[in-house]
Amino acid sequence: MTESEDGGKVQPDYLFEHSHIFGIDQLSVEDISHILATARSFREISTRPIKKVPTLRGKTIVNLFFEPSTRTRLSFEIAAKRMSADTFNISASTSSATKGETLVDTARNIQAMNPDVIILRHSSSGAPQLLAKHINASVINAGDGAHEHPSQGLLDMMTVMDHKGKIEGLKVAIIGDIAHSRVAGSDIIGFSRMGAEVCLAGPQTFIPAGVSSLGAKVCGSVQEAVQDADVVMTLRIQLERQNDSLIPSLREYSRFYGVNRKLMQLAKEDAIVMHPGPINRGVELSPDVADGTHSVILDQVTNGVAVRMALLYLVLGGSKGSEGQGEGR
Amino acid sequence: MSKVTVLKNGRIIDPVQKRDEVADLWICDGMLVSPGSTGSDETEIIDLTGCWVLPGLIDMHVHLREPGEEYKETIETGTLAAAAGGFTAVACMPNTKPVNDNSAVTQFICEESRSCAARVYPVGAISKGSRGETLAEYGEMKMAGAIALTDDGHPVVDSQLMRRAMEYAASHGMLIMSHSEELTLSKGGCMNEGELSTRMGLRGIPFSAESIMVGREIALAELTGARVHLAHVSAEQSIALIRDAKARGVKISAETAPHYFTLTEQAVVGYNTNAKMNPPLRGEKDRQAVRDALQDGTLDAIATDHAPHSILEKELEFNFAANGIAGLETSLALSLALVWEKVIDPARLVELMSVAPARILGVPGGSLPLGAVADIAVVDPERKFIFKAEESVSKGKNTPFDGWELKGKAVLTMVAGRITYMDSIRF
Repeated sequence: MTESEDGGKVQPDYLFEHSHIFGIDQLSVEDISHILATARSFREISTRPIKKVPTLRGKTIVNLFFEPSTRTRLSFEIAAKRMSADTFNISASTSSATKGETLVDTARNIQAMNPDVIILRHSSSGAPQLLAKHINASVINAGDGAHEHPSQGLLDMMTVMDHKGKIEGLKVAIIGDIAHSRVAGSDIIGFSRMGAEVCLAGPQTFIPAGVSSLGAKVCGSVQEAVQDADVVMTLRIQLERQNDSLIPSLREYSRFYGVNRKLMQLAKEDAIVMHPGPINRGVELSPDVADGTHSVILDQVTNGVAVRMALLYLVLGGSKGSEGQGEGR
Repeated sequence: MSKVTVLKNGRIIDPVQKRDEVADLWICDGMLVSPGSTGSDETEIIDLTGCWVLPGLIDMHVHLREPGEEYKETIETGTLAAAAGGFTAVACMPNTKPVNDNSAVTQFICEESRSCAARVYPVGAISKGSRGETLAEYGEMKMAGAIALTDDGHPVVDSQLMRRAMEYAASHGMLIMSHSEELTLSKGGCMNEGELSTRMGLRGIPFSAESIMVGREIALAELTGARVHLAHVSAEQSIALIRDAKARGVKISAETAPHYFTLTEQAVVGYNTNAKMNPPLRGEKDRQAVRDALQDGTLDAIATDHAPHSILEKELEFNFAANGIAGLETSLALSLALVWEKVIDPARLVELMSVAPARILGVPGGSLPLGAVADIAVVDPERKFIFKAEESVSKGKNTPFDGWELKGKAVLTMVAGRITYMDSIRF
């Protein structure tokens, strides 16, 4: 593990100046390096017998989830609690814009209770920006529509950094349903911004329009993408895609685009395999690869807590002082 | 004796009469009369030095929302906004509640608009309820005052129904206005498909969703010989199809809206729902193609697609927000920008905003000959102003042009010699 080797990218007079995290797209190389360095310094907290620091004591953090989520919500909640913040979970339905309360009304109501951070998961791209317009609290996007999932992108970069010591110059293959994946949205921008060669593969129905302008290369075959790759990122295939006529069947998808041991032989010997979870075993990823030596999927989950601790800390002012609690470690 | 109004020293731009000169216009009893021809007791002289005097502008595509959605706009507020924008007439779309698919609704609109600030020409629905299933009663709607037919906003999917609509409309001498959208391709989309929709994570609508239907309407117009008008054209590929069809002599006409030659999809960055409309704002190539087509005559008219909404429909997640923007009060200045940028000349502007709409809809106006009804738009071409949505006359404050500095403003509007708008700064 390389714990602090990339610190050179962050200038001494650097200040993290984002009070909201809408997406990787808003972050500079310096911002990303700083978040990852901060996350690495927080990771150790989770290995202590008493897994708690008082850094965010007295802060109120609301998990506002309009889509079902287990792991992301849990990860944010654990991150907040390890920093001693008070956390509250709201699960809401987003089924209709015309029935019930609008997002703006929900925002105003929550604002009236004066929270410090709202973590939003929503099926509509851009919902975090809309929320932030009507609220004083910091907003962290925990996944919006098919747009971005910045904390996932950051934990993916952190995991790659752990195993490869760098991101620049690596070949990162992203395989699967790029068009409907907010994880891909964040990963493509993040990895290419940090200097990796991002190669995409999947049936053309899964490749979004103009994606190459985000910094990625669209490959003609999954073999071409995986060839000599340092990182193979697989994306979850939503089961309903069959009914949208995007793929004929999961069986055929798996046969032509599934990541299995044979395909992994094309990648570099020390390549790592990642997946944002939850995995459809045997569809996008064969079980032997998911559980095999290349797999770093559980490291991603561990790093998720550290990245989310860092984001909470930084949007609340971080080193600029959060009511004198900053030195709690 | 009748009162005489003299519009003095304005530059009269009337391409139908091949006229572009500084002169006076005399108006008596709502008609244009020859100078000095009336021995009137009372003469009002309005000095228009420096202004352009144009045949009243005609907007062939607006949504007045009445009946049914009066909180968004009414016939009264919509026509006041029209007058403030230099328009003397508007054609209103049938997607009201109830849908204008029968003579009773048509009659209601005509009656409500009688004393309003602009002439209102109702456009009836192609199909009952605009459901795309069976034909509405064109003959009766025409008798009640409808001048054209469209299922705007609910495009006709069934090609056989569209064919029958064109044939039946032709029998009644009525125009079909097509909202050209292939719904299976645009389904779920909320902005132009491309790099930006991918970056923003929004479902895109490809240009082909428009051009496929433009192609179908051209094919059906050719088959049936009906007069067909294509509404709010936005895509380069549609324009190529229209250009080709016109060269073959197909009886089609087409309009675009100011936003399509002014803005690109970049206006939606930040999830700005006031730049969400259907068809969506497109890329720079399409914008350029629209401008070229306005210049070379492929596109016949500029219409606003004035679509007022309240914040109830707009202060929402982008994919849930309603389509459409208000346009009556910004259309003239945005179109004048084409003149300042030398894309078109002033006479062509008058053709696009008055002559062609009158000709296509078959309504009076578009020229200012002696004896014609005095529907007049007076424009101060040099007048710069900051457009503020909150101060607009329309109830619809949903515009991407809020805060824009614009050049060229309607300062006096007359319908049949009656002043419907007068700029308070100039007069």
